[in-house]
Amino acid sequence: MHIVVPIKQTPDTTATLTVDASGRISWGDAPLIVNPWDEFAIEESLRLKEKFGGRVTVITMGPESAKEALKQAVAMGCDEAILLHDPAFEGSDAVVTAVILAAAIRKLGAVDLVFMGKESVDGNSAQVPPALARRLGWPLLAYVGKIREIDPAGRTIVVERILEEGRQVVRAPLPAVLSAMQMNEPRYPSFMGIRKAARMSIPVWTAADLGLALEQVGASASAARWPVVFAPPKQEVRCEFIQGESPEEIARLLVDRLLAEKVL
Amino acid sequence: MSHVWVWLEQFQGKIPSIVWETMGVARRLADALGTGVTAVWIGGTIADQAGEAIAMGADVVQVIEHPALADFRFEPYLTVLSHLVKEGAPQVILIGSTARGRELAGGLAAELGTAALVDALEVSVEDGRVIAIRPIYEGKLFARTYVERSPAIVTIRGRAFPKPDPDPGRKGEIRRVSIELDPLAFPTEVLEWIQETEGEISLNEARIVVGGGRGVGGPEGFEPLRELARALGAALGATRAVVDAGWIPYKYQVGQTGKTISPDLYIACGISGAIQHLSGLRGVKVIVAINKDPEAPIFKVARYGVVDDLFKIVPALTAELRRRGLAKG
Repeated sequence: MHIVVPIKQTPDTTATLTVDASGRISWGDAPLIVNPWDEFAIEESLRLKEKFGGRVTVITMGPESAKEALKQAVAMGCDEAILLHDPAFEGSDAVVTAVILAAAIRKLGAVDLVFMGKESVDGNSAQVPPALARRLGWPLLAYVGKIREIDPAGRTIVVERILEEGRQVVRAPLPAVLSAMQMNEPRYPSFMGIRKAARMSIPVWTAADLGLALEQVGASASAARWPVVFAPPKQEVRCEFIQGESPEEIARLLVDRLLAEKVL
Repeated sequence: MSHVWVWLEQFQGKIPSIVWETMGVARRLADALGTGVTAVWIGGTIADQAGEAIAMGADVVQVIEHPALADFRFEPYLTVLSHLVKEGAPQVILIGSTARGRELAGGLAAELGTAALVDALEVSVEDGRVIAIRPIYEGKLFARTYVERSPAIVTIRGRAFPKPDPDPGRKGEIRRVSIELDPLAFPTEVLEWIQETEGEISLNEARIVVGGGRGVGGPEGFEPLRELARALGAALGATRAVVDAGWIPYKYQVGQTGKTISPDLYIACGISGAIQHLSGLRGVKVIVAINKDPEAPIFKVARYGVVDDLFKIVPALTAELRRRGLAKG
């Protein structure tokens, strides 16, 4: 099996974010990490490789520095890594990102599964998996909480998708595009993996390498516009501590407050 | 033809509240743009809900029924919806920001070469253009966004907008649309449905949520929280730590890699308040924190705090609600 895992490098989720007057987002000296949702997809792909054989290729679109995220994935056990980088890619929205990822996946040749996190912790849109599935013309299995079975010979997969009301069990033919919920405990990089990643030279594919014209990528090709980014108005919450002689008294005082707030 | 469209998401014939909240937004946008609202019902059986959609604000309901559309599946639903959109050329498509809704929005955007603005908290019309304010970076920042092309697809965050009052006297048109669908063109199959919310209030729609963290001590520690939730008619929530510990299933997890909730009231019991948990509490009106540790970060975001043993306070709270006749169950 050949599994491709598209990942994203994001600021650490505990980072404090600021926006300057020109709208640039900064996370200070907080580290960049592999999008936590993508780690579930990496882990699950590695488990599939261990069970069925094959290889896992990790790809990301981003600046040179995004190679660090790829190396993290290689250190966890992914076999190959490719950076999709071109100044022309800058400003791509989710649909255009899917165009770029789809071109890279096609260039990789025979692929059985594309597995990514259900969304990124920076963009929060969950739009790349469906857009990518549509672009590739492959079935989409989004919000996967469990892989029930894969039949490599019959080329089918059965998964449980987590929706609002419960779990939808779906069978689809391969190749397919999957997006992961929190479905496992991602492993830590191994010592051997870290050494492999450190020595690895990561190929960089540009728009030309992907056979994409410049007008197909980047901000000019994207329909979404986000001219203004701002910190939400700070809600001044001052905690009122409820104290009393007994739990009963505290409960009574608390219920009084909640009735006054009209939230009961 | 109306130019603001709404997808009527349904599950087993029931339309969730988020769809009607979305309908309320659609009505307001349509009035601002001087056009009407078209609702799109896609399903496998006779749609009694079409009339309900008119009462909630739709001018036209397009009904598409086909056995291949009985269960939600991305491919046939997307095929039908994009076919209708190409014919009807709406200016705006509004979709509730659910799992299915976000899939469909992304597929539709790719199919039509446009974009979707996801999880809108505010939507307005400026100079004939739809502007959406949406959270990014787990709600730490907001972005003011719009779509350069037509149609603009916008998904609406649940509980961010009021549900309109139905007007049974409203007039509208129900239009049945027949579409040729080759069932063999869609090889995905729904094998089974595992219902997980039966008899429970869903975290996404709940007005009140009672959440438990490490402080509950073990799986049985959730019992008093369940009692309180029953009394309040509330949903139960949990932190990742207790889900990872196997004390409660994943479907209850609130936070970064779980659900994002916006109830009016969140009662955090034995929860320290890690940022990964707090990022799931977007738009909660009032947070009550019950924790033995006065230094717990949860008190920094709580409106009311009780520094005490949750196993004393939570049962007392349940008893007080019952005593005052405020308990629902």
